[in-house]
Amino acid sequence: MSYPADLLYSPSHEWVKIEGDEAVVGITFFAQESLGDITYVELPAVGDAVTADKEFGSVESVKAASDLISPVNGEVTAVNDALENAPEQINATPYDAWIIRVKLSGKPEGLMDAAAYEEHCKNEHH
Amino acid sequence: MSELRTTPLTAWHAAHGAKMAPFAGWEMPIQYEGILVEHQHTRQHAGLFDICHMGEFLISGPGADAALSQAVSHNLATLKAGRCRYGFILNEQGNVLDDCIVYRFGDDDFMIVVNAACAAGDFATLRARLPESVALKDVSDETAKIDLQGPDSLDVLEALTGENFHGVPYFGFVKTTWDGASLLVSRTGYTGELGFELYVPATKALAFWEALLKDSRVKPVGLGARDTLRLESGLPLYGHELDEHHNPTEAGMGRMMTSEADYVGKAGASEVRQCLLGLEIEGRRAARNGDAVLLDGKEVGVVTSGSFAPSLGKVIAFAWVDKDAADATTFVIKAARAELKAVRAELPFYKDGTARKKLS
Repeated sequence: MSYPADLLYSPSHEWVKIEGDEAVVGITFFAQESLGDITYVELPAVGDAVTADKEFGSVESVKAASDLISPVNGEVTAVNDALENAPEQINATPYDAWIIRVKLSGKPEGLMDAAAYEEHCKNEHH
Repeated sequence: MSELRTTPLTAWHAAHGAKMAPFAGWEMPIQYEGILVEHQHTRQHAGLFDICHMGEFLISGPGADAALSQAVSHNLATLKAGRCRYGFILNEQGNVLDDCIVYRFGDDDFMIVVNAACAAGDFATLRARLPESVALKDVSDETAKIDLQGPDSLDVLEALTGENFHGVPYFGFVKTTWDGASLLVSRTGYTGELGFELYVPATKALAFWEALLKDSRVKPVGLGARDTLRLESGLPLYGHELDEHHNPTEAGMGRMMTSEADYVGKAGASEVRQCLLGLEIEGRRAARNGDAVLLDGKEVGVVTSGSFAPSLGKVIAFAWVDKDAADATTFVIKAARAELKAVRAELPFYKDGTARKKLS
């Protein structure tokens, strides 16, 4: 497991990196490990609005499919197109394989720091 | 729910980081390193699979040949000793109760290998179909089944045992020993690759498993990759592509129904109501078991298995499609998150498998 200290985390296992008035969003090491080998990522379009706690896309692995839940409110300014043909990058380097970049509308709420998220993952591990 | 059953290797799997999950009432390894890595390793080198959950029955005694010929669909008249054959246990209507392999040891001496989920039912069915003079013995608990599959499997097995298995043909087997215990080496499998299904006493399972893994060409492979390997190879899985509502002809296996015996279900085994189709799906999003298959907006079938195919780089699926619609070449699949375009594909999906390779 790994929990970079410079990121914030959602209960549904997305990570958020705040850069000024933008947020970069991906899924965590825990999320990719639970899913297994990722074979498909459904990305939103640039310009789409995203809403905190609402779906903005999905990921599929060999065995499972899962919604991507936005940790923030705002508008998509960029998507990581490289994931369309190489979704396995999320398994290999989950904290480099960002999924979307969002121009924030309002301060993110309800996100955890690394220590709180690590505790959250331990509780999900039974 | 009763407790999950364990194999002689369950503790080994857990101790070696496998993700475990229930399968057919057993606690089984789904993956160790990852499904894609294990899949590719099996296609390129050799994968080792714990298949101890499957059932093995011995059938013997005067009249066993004739009686078994009526109990299962296999053509035993042309099955020689030292060979095994794939076929079915059918119900009275001709639909599939289970798919299984029959091994002929002698004139009236057989082993039958069945699916874990069906084993108890199969035993009861066979007992009822065989006369009392024919012995039916369930040896599943004392028998460990370990599959070694992949192009390097022959070399690995020969290196471990010091024996030559080049003479064993596809769907042939030999009985030998390893470390003082019986070992049945069967050139069969469920991956489409050159490989062996190996039967040893359960007490020897762990030692045999660890001895095979000492070879650097061998990696343990879980049921996740077993599923993608068999799917790419166009092999059906009972409970998905085969069930009590479809017969072997519908499943595309009418050609192998050559038995002249009056076996249970024979009359109904060739009536076609639906066809099992292989489908290739556009894009990377997978169709899954239970997704509806549409033709011109009308529901004509259902997906039985679907997955991203690691060796093909695309999504493939099996589906039951109504006979009237089965000649179409393109369909729409109503998946959970989208409608997917599907095109009929020839089986096997993956055509470079080494399973039937001639050995010199």
